[in-house]
Amino acid sequence: MLNMFEVIETNNMIEHEKLDVRTITMGISLLDCCDSDLKALNEKIYRKITATAKDLVPTGEAIARDFGVPIVNKRISVTPIALVGGCACRTPEDFVTIAKTLDRAAKEVGVNFLGGYSALVSKGMTTADENLIRSIPQALAQTERVCSSVNVGSTKTGLNMDAVNLMGKMIKATAEATEDKDSLGCAKLVVFCNAPDDNPFMAGAFHGVTEADAIINVGVSGPGVVKVALEQARGENFEVLCETIKKTAFKITRVGQLVAQEASKRLGVPFGIIDLSLAPTPAVGDSVAEILEEIGLERVGAPGTTAALAMLNDQVKKGGIMASSYVGGLSGAFIPVSEDQGMIDAVSMGALTLEKLEAMTCVCSVGLDMIAIPGSTTDSTLAGIIADEAAIGMINQKTTAVRLIPVIGKDVGDTVEFGGLLGYAPVMPVNPYSCEKFVNRGGRIPAPVHSFKN
Amino acid sequence: MNKIIITVVGKDTVGIIAKVCTYLAENQVNILDISQTIVQEFFNMMMIVDMDKSSKPFEDVSSDLERLGEEIGVRIKCQREEIFTKMHRI
Repeated sequence: MLNMFEVIETNNMIEHEKLDVRTITMGISLLDCCDSDLKALNEKIYRKITATAKDLVPTGEAIARDFGVPIVNKRISVTPIALVGGCACRTPEDFVTIAKTLDRAAKEVGVNFLGGYSALVSKGMTTADENLIRSIPQALAQTERVCSSVNVGSTKTGLNMDAVNLMGKMIKATAEATEDKDSLGCAKLVVFCNAPDDNPFMAGAFHGVTEADAIINVGVSGPGVVKVALEQARGENFEVLCETIKKTAFKITRVGQLVAQEASKRLGVPFGIIDLSLAPTPAVGDSVAEILEEIGLERVGAPGTTAALAMLNDQVKKGGIMASSYVGGLSGAFIPVSEDQGMIDAVSMGALTLEKLEAMTCVCSVGLDMIAIPGSTTDSTLAGIIADEAAIGMINQKTTAVRLIPVIGKDVGDTVEFGGLLGYAPVMPVNPYSCEKFVNRGGRIPAPVHSFKN
Repeated sequence: MNKIIITVVGKDTVGIIAKVCTYLAENQVNILDISQTIVQEFFNMMMIVDMDKSSKPFEDVSSDLERLGEEIGVRIKCQREEIFTKMHRI
């Protein structure tokens, strides 16, 4: 029988340490919506999403009430639209009509974000892929809830440098198209290497073509819980530290597993994966940076940061894997700047630089995330940053991503406010030297030697 | 069996248990276990109850108890048992 201390511990995690389930994301395949007529395609997409996900939000709310644990977001991911729209869309403008349909469907079912306005171009681009990519700035400017992602490389295929170069231009164009909102469009655009098919987290979620017709993926969270647990282990050695993180990760993940199974049962949709990520929010006490500081760094970015993050990430996975048999998505610690108060503070006081963040992405789950940079940053520099980050993913056989916001009209020293879960960010300096000749070479960077495993 | 955990947290006062138990009895909710303690002058109670024969659905019992808690000046929370067993039992 349960004892009172266990019950109090769980409720303290929820009430004081910000334990929550970050997202229930329903993946929906749109492959059966394909049609050569654009109007018919849009209608089919709208009908499929609104029919499949009609109970998603109320079910999420009911589960949160029954277990007394907040479920912060209910979201949808769909098949990469470049694949779905290829038959009907002849121009980037045609693709924008689909983005608007997705936005309308998201509003109808009440989800706050819908991901999958995506193209998978790790080796080459079809005409449809390129049209979709070129439509991204307008698609993100004219919609509110649609998120876009592009996979430009993988360990198996190498890096598609033409796509990397194009994405540099598109990030800048998206920033310009949403200039009136502090270039907010870029917060909904991710460039990936080794993108997972089952990621429930935005802005990079899409429903991979290897997935079932519909699926439930759940992203857990809980940096605050890990931080409070580590407060009890101050001054202890690494063994005790690791044990504490593992045990906490186990507990957090079990909650995610319970919510995922319950959502799957109530919605009649198969359960896919649990994403074990530690996802921070701008709220104080819900920060990955604070965990690293609790481990022993004066500020995130100090020497030792990469090692501390590597250990944290690994222990979170080890604890989480025991708690759920189906772990997937990104699974690790997220290190977004604007969404994490500790990161924001570290950047503001000069402790954390773009280069250190890049080093940190070698050992954690995602990449350069939610970083505001000067609006004057050139397309080729953006492409160079994407290429660096993608190369880390390609060589280390892991997912990496770039979500940079070149804020038009702002420079180092300014602060940008994105609002809500997206938080705010100080504009960070970027290395001023050019990589234009490098990124403009064209073609592909070949797959690394260790990808030849067959 | 439909096990629910009811937790009551707040400033100690006379009659907390009586009021909660009366409500549960009126609604055919069977109490399986009660434990209670005072932590740092705060009243902490946990009840494991079975709602199988309850005359009201979970949502109503949950919101009624929340209101009752407000009247007494304590916080009452109802949660399905699984969130605790999943977290604390392998």
